Amino acid sequence: MNPFVVAAMIGIAFGWTLERAGLGSAPKLAGQFYLTDLTVFKVMFSAIVTAMLGAFWLSRLGILDLSQVYIPETFLLPQLTGGLIFGIGFVMAGLCPGTSCVAAATGRGDGVMVMLGMFAGVLATGLAFAPLRDFYESTSRGSLTLPELLRIPAGVVVCAIVAMALIAFQFAERLEKRA
Amino acid sequence: MTTTPRRYADPYLAGVCLGLVLLAAFVFAGRGLGASGAFASSAAGIVAAASPARAAANPYFARYLGGDGPWREWLLFEIAGVIAGGFLSALFAGRLRAAIERGPNLGRRSRLLYAFGGGSVMGVGAVLARGCTSGLALTGGALLSVGAWLFMMAAFAGAYVFAPLVNKAWR
Repeated sequence: MNPFVVAAMIGIAFGWTLERAGLGSAPKLAGQFYLTDLTVFKVMFSAIVTAMLGAFWLSRLGILDLSQVYIPETFLLPQLTGGLIFGIGFVMAGLCPGTSCVAAATGRGDGVMVMLGMFAGVLATGLAFAPLRDFYESTSRGSLTLPELLRIPAGVVVCAIVAMALIAFQFAERLEKRA
Repeated sequence: MTTTPRRYADPYLAGVCLGLVLLAAFVFAGRGLGASGAFASSAAGIVAAASPARAAANPYFARYLGGDGPWREWLLFEIAGVIAGGFLSALFAGRLRAAIERGPNLGRRSRLLYAFGGGSVMGVGAVLARGCTSGLALTGGALLSVGAWLFMMAAFAGAYVFAPLVNKAWR
């Protein structure tokens, strides 16, 4: 099938799911950072666990060739710094880039402004890229994965992440009851 | 269209569905989801339209100009789908509404400034980190990428440390 048709279909399912979860609404997302509504955490981690288990087992069963799937590359310092900056923007905006598109699509003016801001930020950083380039390319570790870093089998890492997620979900429920 | 908005889905159920969408992307597209890449690609396209020489000389934008060009980028089609999917979901749930969503103590204009400012700051972070919550945290998290987990923890840390400073926006 045409890859752009696949992209659009996957996108429709992605946008639909985010909206159903309530992640097109900025005050709901912001609740994550004041521990009053942990929907962001619950959705994100159940998604990560589901896709991780799916990818692990489909690859074990020979259905999915993980060497054909692009694994986001690691650049330690840029991703640490970029993550901290991104988090600051996230709590100011109340939406991340993907959810801002859902907010905008459902009529939220704040979602449109987050999209415009995101575009402006990427454009400005891109135009000012020359002095940032050395830092951007620094501390490169290629497609390093947690099992490779920790030198333990992927199955053990997968089990540990599932266990951590289940414990964290219990915590999340307790925090929400308290709030 | 229903008049009373439907309740949101259970977050764990929605998360499992989102995980299956991500898994489908791995299987059928050989890659994960994304969002910030669509912004980067369209920024590259606009710079290239305004000044082809400048875009080609810029190592950040130049990479989006190869192949089929910045407007034939996979993520742009995916994000068009996200917009359509979000719209349809809200339509069927009775949640389409023109509004500026904000905290109880923030004016509409201030909210729009926070939104634009926060979006810009995220743009800087996403460029440096090579991705955002979708393309890096979610996708790379499921594929056990070290950089993705580092980014995710840093982003939550940044947000939690900064949250008390923008109390006014949300509380």
